[in-house]
Amino acid sequence: MLYRETGQFKTSYAADMAIFPIRQDRIALYVLLAIAFIGIPVLDALQVWPFAGEYLLRAILIPFLILSLAAVGLNILTGYCGQLSLGSGAFMAVGAYSAYKFGTGVHLPLGLFDIAIPALPVLPSILLGGVMAAAVGILFGVPSLRIKGLYLAVATLAAQFFFDWVFIRVQWFTNYTSSGSVTAPELNFFGLIVNKPVERYLLCLIFVTVVALLAKNLVRGNIGRQWMAIRDMDIAAELMGIRPLYAKLTAFAISSFIMGIAGALWAFVYLGSWEPLAFNIDRSFQILFMVIIGGLGSILGSFLGAAFILVLPIMLDQVPHALGIPISVETVSLLVFVVTGALICWLLIVEPHGFARLWLTGKEKLRLWPYPY
Amino acid sequence: MLKLTMALAAVAVGATAAAAPALAQQNEQFLPSLVYRTGPYAPNGIPFANGVADYWTLLNERDGGINGVKIVFEECETGYATDKGVECYERLKGKGPTGAGYFSPLSTGITFALTEKVPGDKIPLLTMGYGRSESRNGAVFPWNFVAVGSYWTAADVAVQHIAKELGGVDKLKGKKISLVYHDSPYGKEPIAALEERAKKNGFTFKAIPVTHPGVEQKSQWLSIRQDRPDYVLLWGWGVMNSTAVKEAAAVGYPRDKVIGVWWSGAEPDVTPAGEQSKGYKALMLQHGAGKFKVHADLDKFVISKNKTATKDDYAQVLYNRGLLNSMLGTEAIRTAMKKYGNKPMTGEQIRWGFENLNLTEARIKELGFEGMVSPIKLSCQDHQGADVARVQQWDGKEWKIISGYYKADLSILDPMVKDASAKYAAEKKITPRDCSKES
Repeated sequence: MLYRETGQFKTSYAADMAIFPIRQDRIALYVLLAIAFIGIPVLDALQVWPFAGEYLLRAILIPFLILSLAAVGLNILTGYCGQLSLGSGAFMAVGAYSAYKFGTGVHLPLGLFDIAIPALPVLPSILLGGVMAAAVGILFGVPSLRIKGLYLAVATLAAQFFFDWVFIRVQWFTNYTSSGSVTAPELNFFGLIVNKPVERYLLCLIFVTVVALLAKNLVRGNIGRQWMAIRDMDIAAELMGIRPLYAKLTAFAISSFIMGIAGALWAFVYLGSWEPLAFNIDRSFQILFMVIIGGLGSILGSFLGAAFILVLPIMLDQVPHALGIPISVETVSLLVFVVTGALICWLLIVEPHGFARLWLTGKEKLRLWPYPY
Repeated sequence: MLKLTMALAAVAVGATAAAAPALAQQNEQFLPSLVYRTGPYAPNGIPFANGVADYWTLLNERDGGINGVKIVFEECETGYATDKGVECYERLKGKGPTGAGYFSPLSTGITFALTEKVPGDKIPLLTMGYGRSESRNGAVFPWNFVAVGSYWTAADVAVQHIAKELGGVDKLKGKKISLVYHDSPYGKEPIAALEERAKKNGFTFKAIPVTHPGVEQKSQWLSIRQDRPDYVLLWGWGVMNSTAVKEAAAVGYPRDKVIGVWWSGAEPDVTPAGEQSKGYKALMLQHGAGKFKVHADLDKFVISKNKTATKDDYAQVLYNRGLLNSMLGTEAIRTAMKKYGNKPMTGEQIRWGFENLNLTEARIKELGFEGMVSPIKLSCQDHQGADVARVQQWDGKEWKIISGYYKADLSILDPMVKDASAKYAAEKKITPRDCSKES
């Protein structure tokens, strides 16, 4: 009754092609964006529970947004184009370290001619970090033209280990710090120093909103359809005139670009100081799980998956203490593993297509409410 | 319907859990504890965490807190992971009436990440025997306290001990010393100091990395067998240490030529290797294992009352280090109280306490730590306060102290601290404080 498009007539092609053709969806999105952009900063300014202190913004929302971004990136590659990748951590690391190099000045003596770029401002550094990640993504995407499925996963795994090694071993990337740990430059955006948690949150939110909208539009358009055709059956797609080279490599490039930006944000905004371990194989798995749990081939699913994989364990971790149950942190952290693992199994049995499908089912039910048949 | 009810119940439980109001009592000092009781580093993380907690419990049980201010503490499991550590830090930093007193993450990686965050939150970071070596310079790192010793101190003392065993510093010339290290900021920290020493004393230095978590070291020790260095320094943590000792035995490298840092010299590092670890040496962060006067009080007020999580690790090396860590922190709070009054201290006040901490011989004796630690005096400029360490050897049953105190060569280390901290200050656009103007 509430959620039905009856009476919403489309009178132009533009209306017909809108991202959210149903008015209720549009309103819901506007409300969500208003909450994210206005509501949360206002609540934070007023220090209303649960925004008292900085915990929710700094330790939950900022990492959630950044990892959602990475999940959107991987979802384009794995969910839409069907190319299984275990190299997310590597692409994030490339983004982070490239952004660091561009942010602190690149100096590469090559004998005949030296490459010397002065330290760039933060925004171009982060974007260039994404561009570098895209280049690396294309390079490691080339094998996807010949190999598929699990074999491709192994090939991307090679990227993961290769870049772990590079950033530990090649000291040029860490500006020769003795410890191999690097610290992010000051977050100066056009003279505005982004330091307060709410500012950092808004910064991530802007990146996430822009990228998510772009991604959503991409997957609805020509190129997105090419990706999905390749995913569903690459031979049939090729017969229909889709070039696998172009489709697969664009998927790798765009996905890595997004993951590179996510990596740069993770390093600059969340951690502030990091080492290659921050982008190790565990990170790749974490993001892959987000995509699978959230729903392959769904932008919304990336966010839901990120919330589940990142936020749920943190919440579970705090439940016993908040309830005043006296058990040791050791037991709690083991319990968190058990409970999260059980929930993942249960979820995948009940709904193998992840949260995104649950969401769709919910929407279908809502359309028929209150007279289901 | 059942599912729905269960889901609603779960949500309701979660909501009440989150909404449970924090009962803020006024006369309490909140102290956070970042621990790792799970994961590959747990064998070493557990005894330390137990020592930290037990000393706080002791103060509460015996003295009713610090000068009447009760200590309230909470642990958060980091699993040695940096991002989890940051989450724990954010979770705990605002608790209690005055916020967290000080943090001791017991992880170099987390220390590096928190170093960026503590100046904004005004919370001191006590990294006893680990963390950034250059953070000794309090002018650039006002919030870091690498008290008692840094990795550079450790590296320097290790070389001095080798020189002594060889029969003089001049005998180092032409010798080969290899470093087997945990491939992380932790393991990489000593390299700079060792390279400096190698240049000065004319030995060949080789650094051999081991990937986290360090259970796979076959190729590293095979290369040591080929290379036959005169000494091997070990910079490991957690399971990496016992694995290294086992691998040394497997390639027949003499264990008494292996010298571990003070994080590779505890019971969990040698007992898994059994007989093979006999003869293995390690540095001591001043103290060793065993019971001292403070343990009598612990027996009486904590252990016998069953207010502790410690079992086998009681009075072991890392347990004692936990005690020492808490003692330094609480003594800093006590120092701060002298200036600001006997009430819960803020992080900023505790930082002042750290900078004016002066642990004299008499005070150490009073605290029951005599024999564990020598006098320490921190200042605005010097956030380390001590440059000495000893060496111990595992005889198959227990650690035996085999050397006197070595003092690190400050003529080598001081310029390094100065350079590295100046570089950090330039990179982060920090104007160093003028310590002559601090009170």
